[in-house]
Amino acid sequence: MSAQSKFALGARVRVRSDDPPHHHRTPRFTRGQVGTVARQHGVMPLPEDLAYGRTSGQGAPIYRVHFRQKDLWPDYAGPDGDIVSADLHEHWLEPAP
Amino acid sequence: MSHPHDHDHDHDGDHAPPKDEGAGDYALLEQAMRELLIEKGVITADGVRRMIERLDEASPATGARIVARAWTDPAFKKALLDDAGSALSAFGFGPMGKFIALENTPDTHNVIVCTLCSCYPRFVLGFPPDWYKSTAYRSRVVREPRAVLQEFGLDLPDSTRVVVSDSTAEIRYMVVPMRPRGTEGMSEPDLAALVHRDALIGTAVVAPPSP
Repeated sequence: MSAQSKFALGARVRVRSDDPPHHHRTPRFTRGQVGTVARQHGVMPLPEDLAYGRTSGQGAPIYRVHFRQKDLWPDYAGPDGDIVSADLHEHWLEPAP
Repeated sequence: MSHPHDHDHDHDGDHAPPKDEGAGDYALLEQAMRELLIEKGVITADGVRRMIERLDEASPATGARIVARAWTDPAFKKALLDDAGSALSAFGFGPMGKFIALENTPDTHNVIVCTLCSCYPRFVLGFPPDWYKSTAYRSRVVREPRAVLQEFGLDLPDSTRVVVSDSTAEIRYMVVPMRPRGTEGMSEPDLAALVHRDALIGTAVVAPPSP
């Protein structure tokens, strides 16, 4: 499963800031944000396919990505270590420095 | 006003048959879709019935049993945290799909949400509470989790990291709360009785048993 995954555990990734017209499940608050790969979930079907009845798609690798609260919300009042995670498919992610 | 109860009349609604409100648009849509899928052989009526039965049987008591087992059986706990789906199949549950159990520790407090809709680990916790589906909870817990948890009565020290897991895909999450002090030597069923729904979502912790 990890062999098919482009991003390694701990890799820094940026979520694409696309705003496509079709269905997807990438929350707006994560788009354009940099996070860290915390788990590789293997390959799972794409909501971009399933929403339109394409149930025989190949799917794609999906990751649990950790975002620092302070990166998401500059006025975040809690400690630096607080985190939000989201499960995001590979095509939404690009390498980040 | 109260009156002596030697009834020869009926209170409104007391013994009246339940009113059928009539099917709404979504119910009609569901019925039409279900009948078509059955007719085309994609699903069966018995399959739908079994799925409803399985969902109705699930309740936070199921999650509580899982947690009590994890607290008393280190091998099960390790398996649960490594791959909850497989561990639960061995525990007698049907196929779980992709399922992850998140362990709360003194250093890390986990809480789950679905900001996009209302994804919830229904096969182990039953149906979600109304607040879990509310816009207020879904939008606020990813933005100011500590304030939200405080409103639930949970005041976490800054030394505890708060990790909010947003269920944005087909992966379902459940929280394994910390075992409270003063529960050494308690039986698995007694421990399960201490575990309640909100502790499995992460908006509460399990309190020590009252003396």
